[in-house]
Amino acid sequence: MYDVLIIGAGGAALSAALSSKKEGVKVAVLCESYPTRAQTSMAQGGINASLGNAGKDSVSSHIEDTLKSSGEIGSKEMISKMCKDAPNRVKWLESIGMPYSRTDEGKIAQRKLGGASSDRACYAQDFTGLKILHTLYDQCLKEDIEFLNEKFLLEFVVQDNLIKGAICLDIRTTEVEFIKSKSVIVASGGFSALYYNFTTNTNQSTGDGIAAALRVGAKLSNMEFVQFHPTGLKKSGILISESARGAGGYLVNEKGERFTDELGPRDRVSRAIFSELESGGVYLDIRHLGEEFIDEHMPQERKLAITYEGIDPVYELIPISPVAHYSMGGIYVDENLMSLVKGLFAAGECSESGVHGANRLGGNSLLEILSFGRLAGENSAKFSKSYDYKDTDTKQQDSVKKFIQEIYEYENRENFYESREFLGELFYKKAGIIKEKKALKEALLEVEKMQENYTSMGLGDRSRVYNTNLIEFIKFKNTLTLGKALLVSAIKREESRGAHFRSDFPSIDENFNHRSFYDEV
Amino acid sequence: MMRFKIQRFCKHRKPINSVLIDYEIPQSDATLLEALTFVKIKTDQTLTFSSGCKSEVCGSCAVLVNGKEKLACGYKLQDGDVVEPLRYTEIIKDLVVDHSLAQKSLKRVISWQSKVSKKDDISIPEAKRVELQSDCILCASCFSSCPVLEVDSEFLGPFALTRNYRYVNDVRCEDEKEKIDAVQKKGIWDCTLCGECTLACPQGIDPKNDILMLRGRSMKYGYSDPNFAIDSDFGFNPSF
Repeated sequence: MYDVLIIGAGGAALSAALSSKKEGVKVAVLCESYPTRAQTSMAQGGINASLGNAGKDSVSSHIEDTLKSSGEIGSKEMISKMCKDAPNRVKWLESIGMPYSRTDEGKIAQRKLGGASSDRACYAQDFTGLKILHTLYDQCLKEDIEFLNEKFLLEFVVQDNLIKGAICLDIRTTEVEFIKSKSVIVASGGFSALYYNFTTNTNQSTGDGIAAALRVGAKLSNMEFVQFHPTGLKKSGILISESARGAGGYLVNEKGERFTDELGPRDRVSRAIFSELESGGVYLDIRHLGEEFIDEHMPQERKLAITYEGIDPVYELIPISPVAHYSMGGIYVDENLMSLVKGLFAAGECSESGVHGANRLGGNSLLEILSFGRLAGENSAKFSKSYDYKDTDTKQQDSVKKFIQEIYEYENRENFYESREFLGELFYKKAGIIKEKKALKEALLEVEKMQENYTSMGLGDRSRVYNTNLIEFIKFKNTLTLGKALLVSAIKREESRGAHFRSDFPSIDENFNHRSFYDEV
Repeated sequence: MMRFKIQRFCKHRKPINSVLIDYEIPQSDATLLEALTFVKIKTDQTLTFSSGCKSEVCGSCAVLVNGKEKLACGYKLQDGDVVEPLRYTEIIKDLVVDHSLAQKSLKRVISWQSKVSKKDDISIPEAKRVELQSDCILCASCFSSCPVLEVDSEFLGPFALTRNYRYVNDVRCEDEKEKIDAVQKKGIWDCTLCGECTLACPQGIDPKNDILMLRGRSMKYGYSDPNFAIDSDFGFNPSF
């Protein structure tokens, strides 16, 4: 029995592990692979804090920028809480060994990201997320945090709306295990892998924690808001950083003409590119910057373009398209980061705490995982201390075991991997950068059809040892659940705000000046 | 079209649990990860491998290609390639190996900032001292390339020693001696300085050099090369 069980092992999870352990409770981190494999490692840009190391800045400017970016539906209270905490989090990381890039004066280096009124993002070259994640992991080793590796979350156990623990699958043995805990923190990431082949995310970002929370009575919120990054590589979706445009790169169409302000907000640039793509390719052109400049300032971009697109940007245009990057929506949590299920907390991309609203500001995701990861850890530890745990019946465990057994018996008439690919393209075209009612409803019909056909998809691998086919098949089910949540929420929001753009309702509408909720199971 | 081979392993596979199987994919410019994914989706759903970020930062997908360590996501498949799991650790299934040893090795070398540091002015040259070492993604390529690990599974291995040096060499380090003490046994002196780890690292880290630097630091605390010490004992032994 644990006091705090954390699902996921990225930045939010490890922050929560450290802060809850400090409260003197028994903590474990459940991870579907290994701790440093998390998507946090992919964050490049930086972490926002108004340190003012590169020009004047203030907490109130940070709050104002964040609120503005949120399309006015962010929570001022939560945004203030996070922005005020930001300098402390950044300095705390420094105190435990974070290798930031530095200024000439020896201060933490800061740079400008989109939507910020100052140079506010603290960074470590282009490896900010990677280095934060490993710094946290090293501290977890120091504090002797217990890791439950290669275990996949199946369900939360809840009785009378009170958390009892989680049921997971041991990936090595395919055993179903019930892990008792007095509180659970979901820190398992977002769901942009839904846009399969059209996303910067890993294929594993299927929002499993969000779907499981929904099944036990937690509400989801703002599921219609998914941020698209303007410049993913055409073939792979791998990210080419905003810094390429910041340094003077152009966006050009098939005729070689520029068609938009390259440094506008992400949602506007993405929409401009998406419209242009209907009449041909769109390219990022950095040739005029010259080989010497490119090698000095963006060697990573050159390497990525050569490896994943087969072109050398010194001599050629880089084919790009906007791709799904970050899901603003997730498990609705209150000011204590607790969901509507007592003792079930959430932090990071899987949560919707009100800090991003309709559009996340660059540099705020790393901040959120540190600030709210820590807070969730403290709050769950406190919650567990006043919790008189009573054992639950085994009904839920029995039904999960039955579900796994049944999957092995499903017929394998359709290849779900093909459905997953089809779904990715469907969402990109009908529920992506530009949405409208008819297309959203068509997509919803397709999702419901796949949900009906799920039992005839089945497994191609019936092994009981490290069955990734099984894991991916269950993840696909979660993808369908969240895909439906996204579509239903997007159909209801008959306006355009932040990352949600409806061509049939192209303006903002005061009647929708609030977060949306979703609770259909 | 490309043809390649994958070393498959499953402990329940009969009649033999390990077998080299031929595959082909229609693409000619695919990364190895794209090729493995193609096989799993279109040809054989039982093929098992690990992957994550697809952009060489999460460290999940290291494998052997023609005997050399590569990240599957960053390697372009060539006709006739032979793909195998990493070495010197238990194979779980196909290309998936046990990575749990990393955590134990890292704990043995105290690879963390031990005390909360109050230092907030770190110059650019001071920061540069740990920049490359902290690029490590724990993919275990260096581990798989190390000939010492072939004969001694207790050896701390390259990435653990590099990470120890990363914290020893940090200006915020306040327990250098304890950290240096931790790499003496089955550590820096057991390395043969062959440099295979340096060649294997996808991040361009040089564990061999880090080990040499740690040897230098160790001398400061009175340690010396035990192999060399035996030789010199012989030299000065009066009864010899």
